[in-house]
Order: sequence, then C-alpha cells, then structure tokens
Amino acid sequence: MDIAPVAIRIEKVSQTYHGGTSSVRALDEVSLEVKQGEFVCLLGASGCGKSTLLNLIVGLYRLTSGTIDIGERRVALVFQEPALFPWLSVRRNVEMGMRFRGVETAERRSKAQELLRLVHLEAFAERQPHELSGGMRQRVAIARALAQEANVLLMDEPFGALDAMTRDILHDELEAIWSRSDLTVLFVTHNVREAVRLGDRVVLLSSRPGRVVAEFPVEIPRPRTVDSLQVTELAAMITDRLREEVRRHGR
Amino acid sequence: MAAERSAIVERESLGREIEGLDALDVPMVEGQQTLSRMWSAVWPKLAAVAMMLAIWQLVVWTGWRPSYVLPSPATVLGELSELITTAKFWSAVATTMRRALTGFALAIVIGTALGVAVSSNRALQRAFGSFITGLQSMPSIAWFPFAILLFKLSESAILFVVVLGASPSIANGLINGIDHIPPLLLRAGRVLGARGLDSLRHVVLPAALPGYVAGLKQGWAFSWRSLMAGELLVIIETRPALGSQLQFARELSDAPSLIALMIVVLLIGILIDGLVFATIEHRIRRRRGLVEVGA
Repeated sequence: MDIAPVAIRIEKVSQTYHGGTSSVRALDEVSLEVKQGEFVCLLGASGCGKSTLLNLIVGLYRLTSGTIDIGERRVALVFQEPALFPWLSVRRNVEMGMRFRGVETAERRSKAQELLRLVHLEAFAERQPHELSGGMRQRVAIARALAQEANVLLMDEPFGALDAMTRDILHDELEAIWSRSDLTVLFVTHNVREAVRLGDRVVLLSSRPGRVVAEFPVEIPRPRTVDSLQVTELAAMITDRLREEVRRHGR
Repeated sequence: MAAERSAIVERESLGREIEGLDALDVPMVEGQQTLSRMWSAVWPKLAAVAMMLAIWQLVVWTGWRPSYVLPSPATVLGELSELITTAKFWSAVATTMRRALTGFALAIVIGTALGVAVSSNRALQRAFGSFITGLQSMPSIAWFPFAILLFKLSESAILFVVVLGASPSIANGLINGIDHIPPLLLRAGRVLGARGLDSLRHVVLPAALPGYVAGLKQGWAFSWRSLMAGELLVIIETRPALGSQLQFARELSDAPSLIALMIVVLLIGILIDGLVFATIEHRIRRRRGLVEVGA
C-alpha cells in the first residue's frame, strides 16, 4: 500500500561521549527508516540522545559508527529555541539560507514573503525578532528552515518552550504546512500527546543509552486535536510504556 | 496516504486565531516625545558642568594657589572664547584631528585583521592572545623614546604610537565579541549553510559587533591619549597642534590658555565618545532588543 521511498535511513548508529575518565553512550545501534512525506515523532525521556540523532543527521556532529543515508535530500533543522539572528529583520532572517545558496535578491525577497505568508507573519516581515512573541519567533524559524527548500525537516522540541494555547495553534499550522507539501518531518519531543497529535508514527527511545524500544503507528484520522479521546487514549498507553523505561533507571 | 493528506484543509478559523494571538502577544511600545527625551538626557550633564565650575570657583576663592597659576573659570572661559576665534587654533585642531583619524583608521584596519586572524585560529589565539592583552596594558608613552629613535621627530613617530596604542584594544574587543557569540547562533548559521567567508561576514562579525564596538570605543580613547602624549613630545615647529600648543602654554606659564586648551582636548574626547560611539552602541542595542522598553 505504501510505495513512498525511504527519505532517511538510519542504520546501527552509535555515539559515545567521552568526558575525562567516564564515557556516556548516548545512542546504541539506533536503526530507523522514515519514508518520504512521513511525519515521525521521536519520543523519549531525558538522555535518550534524541537531539544527538538530529545533529548527526544534519551533519553538525560527526558520525562515528553506523550509517545515515538521506540521499540527495536537503535537510533543515529547527531548534528548541528560535535561534534567529537578532541583528536582522524577520524577512532577512528567512532569506539567510537562500543568501548562502546564492539565490538572487529579488527571488529571495519574494520567496521569503511567500513563506512568511504561509506562517501568517507577512505583516511582521520588517520587524526585528525581539519585537515578536516566542511563538511568532518559532514560526519565523520554521519559515527560515522551509526557505532552505529542504525535503527533510528535523525539529528538536520546537514547541517545548511555548504555552499550551500557542502550542495547539502551532500544531495545527505545522500540520497544515506539512499536509500541503511533500515534506518529511522527524520531530523530537518528550511530550507524548504532542507526538500522538502530530505523528504518523511515534518511535519510543530508551534512555542511556538511546535505543529504539517501541514503535506506535498512529492511525487516528487527521486533522486531530490534542485533547480528543483517541489521542489521549493512545498517549496514555505510550506514557505507560515510557514510565516503564524511566523506572528501569530508578533501580 | 496522499489522499488522507490532501483531505487536511487548513481550518478557516486557524488564520484568524493566529492573528488574534499575535496581536495579543506583540509587546506594546510607547514612543516618548523626542523633545522631552532630549531634555532628560541633557539636563543632568548641564547640572554636572555647573557643579564642576562651582567647585573650581570655590577653590580659586580659597586662595590655595595664586591666580596666575590657577585662574578663575571666568578668566579661562574668556580666554577660550578668544582662542576659538584665532586661525592658529583651528589649524591646530585640524592637524590634531587629522592625526587622530588617520591613526585610528589605521588601527581599525590592523586591529580588525589581527582580531579575525587570532580568533579564527586556536594556535594563534594561544600564541598571541595574552600578548595582545599585555600590549594593551603597556602605557603608550613608553613607546615614544623608541618611536623617536625609529622615525625621528616626525609625523610617523606619532602615528606609530597612536596605532600601537589603539589596535590591541580593537583586536581584543573583536576577539571578546567573537568569544561571546552564543553557540546556538553559530550552529543555526551552519545549518543554514554558512561556511568560511560567508559565515564570517553574515554570522560571526554581526554577532560579535557589540564587543567590536566596545573595542573601537576603547581603542579611540587609547589613540586620543597616545596622540596627546605624542604631541607634547614630538613637536614639529611649522605645524601647530593641540598638544604642542599645550606645551607652549606651559613654557610661557600662560595658565588661562593652558586650561582652555585642556578643556578643548576633553571636549573633543567627550564629543566623539558621546556622539559617535554612544549613538552606534545605542542603535545596535535597540535593534537587537537590548534596550528596556520605556528607557
């Protein structure tokens, strides 16, 4: 039924941090496949190496063991914090990636304007980032990532620092953007309901070392809401499984 | 799956909700009247000047020093108002400012190149980092005997010391600015594809700008000081300058014009700092949201 090609193929990726005398194994032979156009949520408690995995995929960290294959796809990363450049206007922030790719000014500008319209911020194009709220900044960060013309969007707890109301609305917005594109999303979170709300599939990672322990397909029809019965039921089940993981470290 | 995805149409109300939330979220900024803001910036300065003049006058009245050594403010201000009508004075100011600006410009070029080189290479940083700081703490007047030996009593001797005095501060400011860039911004730059020169120009240097400007400001102070020291020592007969005029006034025991010239030196320093650097700093901070609303 699903003939979509694999967008991200992660095979037996291990990563160990060496700190003086001790060393911590952050990832232990993690294998994962994400299909093109799929929305996968990586879920785990602290120390499961979620962020490490994203940094490896995007190439910020050097891979020491295993393989990550994304083909010719372009990857963008949205951090937990907006990480906007405070000296640039909202529009120029969005244009930044295109500037590095050598896109010419006029095209850069119209593309940025279009993306800002997509995240409902066209009226704020000439503002400075500090003039916006946290949720708005994160939307600018999403527009900036989309401006890279990425096929793969990696998100590292992007809504973790936002209030519940803003987060709900951003879930709707992200889902709408994703559904109208061919974007593959790998979304890291520690919020179970968020994972169920957004994902086609929820992948549970264990902590220290991070290992894939369970996968949950989410077959709830879209659009979903975070407090619908189906979402909360599945979330409760996954939470139980997650608690079990955390308990393991209590002993 | 494709069918399922296309079925998700953005709720019509979503856009409205987002707009509503944004409207509530955007911080309100109330503009202050320009005139009242200017007045609130100016009056403390005027009050400070009045107080200093009053203290000076009080000291004169106590008769601590005879009036030909320590003249009253009125005498000095009278001398000053006469001084600024002479062509010689303005040619002295012009000479001094030309030297200051040439030296400072050269120091910016050298200091910036040094700063970029040192902070982009770990070995260079280890080798020269503390050396630059050491150079910065060396009193520039200590360079003059050597400079005079190298260049004789010439413009070059002055320029040499001015550049040596200012460039370590500028380099250090830039190095500090680069050291204090939040790593997240550098990572964001890298994820967006910033490499090499692109990264330097569009990410590293703008992010380091506040530290750099602080270094420029300090560099200016050092170059101005070095220049005054230089003009006292390296006097070129045919070319009046503020420092050399100061020296002549002392030789002639002309206390009023000596103090008047000192006031001019101080005023130029304050003016450049207050008008040029304070404005740049304020603009940078406001642009980046580092100024408290209402301040």
